[in-house]
Formats: sequence, structure tokens, C-alpha cells
Amino acid sequence: MIHELIFAYFAFAIVLLSILVITMKNPIHSVMWMLLLFFHIASLYLFLNAEFIAAVQVIVYAGGILVLFLFAVLLVNIREELRIGRYIGAWSSGLTFALGLFIVLFMSLRSFVAAPPGMYSIDLIKKETHVKALGKLLYTDFLYPFEVASMILLVAIIGAIVLAKRRLKG
Amino acid sequence: MIPLSWYMVLSMIVFSIGVFGFLSRKNIIIIFMSIELMLNAVNINLISLSHYLQDLRGQILAFFVIAVAAAEAAIGLAIIIALFRNKATAHVDEIHEMKG
Repeated sequence: MIHELIFAYFAFAIVLLSILVITMKNPIHSVMWMLLLFFHIASLYLFLNAEFIAAVQVIVYAGGILVLFLFAVLLVNIREELRIGRYIGAWSSGLTFALGLFIVLFMSLRSFVAAPPGMYSIDLIKKETHVKALGKLLYTDFLYPFEVASMILLVAIIGAIVLAKRRLKG
Repeated sequence: MIPLSWYMVLSMIVFSIGVFGFLSRKNIIIIFMSIELMLNAVNINLISLSHYLQDLRGQILAFFVIAVAAAEAAIGLAIIIALFRNKATAHVDEIHEMKG
């Protein structure tokens, strides 16, 4: 019972906060609600026994990405933002598309069949500790994707500098 | 024990909200935040499946999604800064140079 109550709180808070994020008029308020949303999602991960991912969520999303968003929001003219409407002219087609997508996904849930459970049971993870089990898998089976991810981050660093730097005259 | 489908429905709702924000907001920064919202919905789905199927690969995949999201945020915001330098607007309906 207590599990259901905790899940209900987190689910309700996540849905409410994500609605607030996309409907706020002031982008700074949006970023602040998103910070709260990321903390709630991290708590949901803790609830699912994924403590390392929860820590990464807080560090990378709340600590890194949202700070970048705040810097970008500072470029916007907030007064003009509060004067102009929030949505584009064709917002109703966006709403229709989102609702249709939700209905299709919801109908497809009925035919979902779970695969047989794998070898990483909770007892095994408890015995080996979560980070160790995750790291072993990441650095053996997923070594090549890991290197590709480091390449993607390198490209992102160089690309961000090239795109955002001022052109030199002459 | 909470059924797996509850988590999946939660993830679907957050994803649909992200799709709505992506398609209908005017401000390009909010559009980028909608993309982050969609990526987070996918992560919820991956981690709940990883827990219920007792397989750590879902968490590894979520890990890569977070790495790609960080790269995407850096590149996207650099593009937004370049856009501000050239057009001085954040509204997608005012950017129509390529129309006809």
C-alpha cells in the first residue's frame, strides 16, 4: 500500500510538473519547474533500485543541462516574451497529434509481452553492489558503444565552440 | 509490487506532453526543453523495464541516452546563440527565410 502511495505521489508530481514546464509563459519559471521535475524523476529511479542512474540524473541534468538552459534563457527578452502569446497558430494540430500518439501507445500496451527475466536479480546486485555490476557490464559488453559516446561528446564540445564563437573580422 | 504497466503509462503521458510542447510552443528554448522531457520519458521506461526484467542493459542504455542528451543540449544551445546573433528572435514563427 505504501509503495502505491509513493508511486502515486511521484507520478502525479511528474505529470503536473511536465505540464507546468511546457505551459509557463516565463521561460525562467519553466526552467525552475524543470529542475523540480528532474529531482522527482531521480527519486523515481531510486524507487526502481537504480541509484547510480539517479545520481547521474541529478548531476548531469540538474547540474549541467539546466545551467546551460538558464544561460540561454538570459538571452531572451522576458518583457516581450510575457507580451506575446505562448503557442503558434496551429497549436490545436499539435494537441491532436500528441493525443493521438498517446492513444496509439496506450492501445499498444495491451499486446506487450514481457521477456523472460535476465540474470541480474536484486540479490545478485545487492551482493555485487550496483555500481560494480553496472561498470563491469559497461566496460566489457558495451565497451565499443562507450567509446562512441566519448566521440559524440568530443564532437559536441568542438561543435558548440565552432557554432557559438564570434566571427573574426578579415 | 507496482505493476510494470503503471510506469509505462507514466512514461507515455510524459512523452505525449513533450510532443505537444515540441509541436505547439513558440519559444525555441521551450521547444528544446520539450525534447529533454521526451528523453526523460524514454529513460523512465528503460529503467523500469530494466528493473522488472532483471537486466542491467536498460540502465546502460539510459546512461547513453543521458550522454547524448548532454551533447544535444550543448549543440542546440550553441545553435540558439548563433540564431540570436543573426535574427535576434526566439520565436520559431518569425524565422521564415526559407519559405517559398
